[in-house]
Amino acid sequence: MDPPGELTPGLTPSGPANLAVRPEAIKAIGVRHPWRWVTAVILLALVAGFINQLAAAPALHWDVVVYWLTQPSILSGLVVTLELTAIAMAVGVALGALLAVMRLSANPVVSTVSWFYIWFFRGTPVLVQLVFWYHLQLILPTLSFGIPFTPLIWHGDTLTIISPFLAAILGLGLNEAAYMAEIVRAGIISVEHGQTEAAQALGMRRLLVMRRVILPQAMRVIIPPTGNETISMLKTSSLASITTVQELFEKQTLIAAYNFRIIELLIVASVWYIVCTSVLTFGQYYLERYFARGSSRQLPLTPLQRFRRMLFQFHAPPPEPLPEASTDTTRINRPHG
Amino acid sequence: MATPMVRAEAVHKSFGRLEVLRGITVDVAPREVMCLIGPSGSGKSTFLRCINHLEKIDAGRLYVDGELVGYQQRGDKLYELHDREVCRKRSEIGMVFQRFNLFPHMTALANVIEAPLRVKGESAAVAMERGRKLLDRVGLADKLDVYPNQLSGGQQQRVAIARALAMQPKLMLFDEPTSALDPELVGEVLDVMRGLAEEGMTMVVVTHEMSFAREAGDTLLFMDAGVIVEAGTPRDLLANPQHERTKSFLAHVL
Repeated sequence: MDPPGELTPGLTPSGPANLAVRPEAIKAIGVRHPWRWVTAVILLALVAGFINQLAAAPALHWDVVVYWLTQPSILSGLVVTLELTAIAMAVGVALGALLAVMRLSANPVVSTVSWFYIWFFRGTPVLVQLVFWYHLQLILPTLSFGIPFTPLIWHGDTLTIISPFLAAILGLGLNEAAYMAEIVRAGIISVEHGQTEAAQALGMRRLLVMRRVILPQAMRVIIPPTGNETISMLKTSSLASITTVQELFEKQTLIAAYNFRIIELLIVASVWYIVCTSVLTFGQYYLERYFARGSSRQLPLTPLQRFRRMLFQFHAPPPEPLPEASTDTTRINRPHG
Repeated sequence: MATPMVRAEAVHKSFGRLEVLRGITVDVAPREVMCLIGPSGSGKSTFLRCINHLEKIDAGRLYVDGELVGYQQRGDKLYELHDREVCRKRSEIGMVFQRFNLFPHMTALANVIEAPLRVKGESAAVAMERGRKLLDRVGLADKLDVYPNQLSGGQQQRVAIARALAMQPKLMLFDEPTSALDPELVGEVLDVMRGLAEEGMTMVVVTHEMSFAREAGDTLLFMDAGVIVEAGTPRDLLANPQHERTKSFLAHVL
C-alpha cells in the first residue's frame, strides 16, 4: 500500500480533499423544544403525586416492610427462589439445546419428536404443568425405572420421589426447554451457511463444526433472549408456590396470612424480585459484550465507562478522527451479503 | 502419465429438475493450474464443489488422486463413504471461497490453526509455527491477532488461503476468489495465487480474471450450460476461440 499521500511541492492543495487546515468547530444555537419541558413537568408532577399518596397512605406501614425485608424466613425463601431459577434454567438450556439440535436433525423421527415436545409444552400453561407434576401420584402411585431386557428394575413411591421442589423443577424446567429450544434453533440457523461449508471443506466433522464454528457464533443471537428468559423465570418461579415449595412468594404469603400485612409483604417480595432482576440485567450486558467480540469493530462502552465519559466529557471536545489499525487497513470490506 | 490429480468422467449433477452439470470429462495433472471460465450459471462452481464432495454427483465418476470421491467401489457395487472418510479426504483438499468465509469469532492465526489442531491433531506448537509462517508468506505477519472484520477484503482472502494451506493440501480449489473484492485489492490475492502456482501446487481456479488465467494457467476451460464447450492453453483459447459461444463470451469480458 502507498504511504499516506504527501503533497508534491509547488502543487497548490485545493478542493474538498484538502483538510490540512481544520475550520473552526460549528457553534450554533440549538432549536428550542418548549413542549419537551411541558410534558416533562406534567409527568414528574403525576409521578410525584402518586408517590406522595403511597408514602402517606395511613394504613401502609413502611416500618413493617423494612422489618420483614431481612428476616431469615424471607431470605430463606429468596434462596429457594434463586435455586429454582438456576436449576430450572439449567434444565431448560440443556434440554432446549438438545431439542434444537434434534429439530435440525436429518432423522425425521428425531425431529418430529422434538416438534411434538415443543408443541405440547408451549401449548399448555406452565401453571397447569406445575399442578400436574405436583399431583402425579394421583395417576401413577409408583414410579418404575429399569433397563429394558434386563432384570434391573427399581420401583419407588411417587409421593416421595416427586418432592414439591422436584415438581417445581419439572414444571418450570420442562416448560422452559420448549422455549429455549426455539431460541437455540434461531441462533443456529442465523449463522451463515458459508461457515459450515468452510469448516467442512477443512475436513471438520459435523459435531466439531457445531461446537467450534456454529455455536460460538449462534451465542450472539442466543444470549439476549436467554437473559430475558432467566429474568422471566425468576418471576415465574413464584407460580411454584402452588406446589407448596417454600420460595419467596410462598413465604411472604404464609407470613401475610397470619399478620395480615398483605401489601407490605408483597412489597417486600417485590423489592427482592426487582433487586435480583436488576443484577441479572447487568450480568446479561457483560455476557453479550463478551460474545460480540469479532462481530463489531468497537465494543460498546460498559455502563461504568459511559457514566465516566458523561461526567468528564460533558462539554464534548470535537471528536477525534477514528484511529486506523494501520495504513494497510484503510479499507473495510462491505458486510457480507 | 502419472495418476491425474483430478479425473472427471461424464460427471452429471442436477438440483431438482435443473441439470447443472451435463457430462463433464476432464483430467487435471499434478502441478497443473487449470482455470475455469464461463457465464454465471454455467456450472463452474458446482463442478468445483463436487471435487471435494460438498455436492454429490448424480452420474459419472469423479476421482481425486486416483480415488473415487465420496464412494468406494467393491466388486461392481458402489458404497457411499462414511462421513469420517469423506472428511478425511476433504482435509487433503484446500478450498477458497468467493466470500472468504473466515470464522469471524477467531483471530487470523486462530482461523489458520483451527483445522490442523482439531482435524489433524497437530500439537499447538507445530500448528502455530506453520500458521505464523503461512500468514507471513501471504504478507500478513503483523495481523496474527486481528479479527477478520478488522481486515480488508483482500487481507481476509489471503488469510483464507493461508487457512487452506495450513492443512498441507495436495490440491487447491478456488471459487471466484477475487469476485467479492474491490478492484484495487484483486492484485494482492492474485500475487499469492501466482506464487502458489510457481511452487507447483495443483490448482483448479474458477475465475473471471483473464490476465491471471493467461499468465499462471496451464489449461483454460470454457464452460456453458453444464458442459465444457472448449478447452486449450490459455493463450490459444483467449486469442483464437473456435466456438461461437466462446467467442461471444470472450467478446463481452475482454
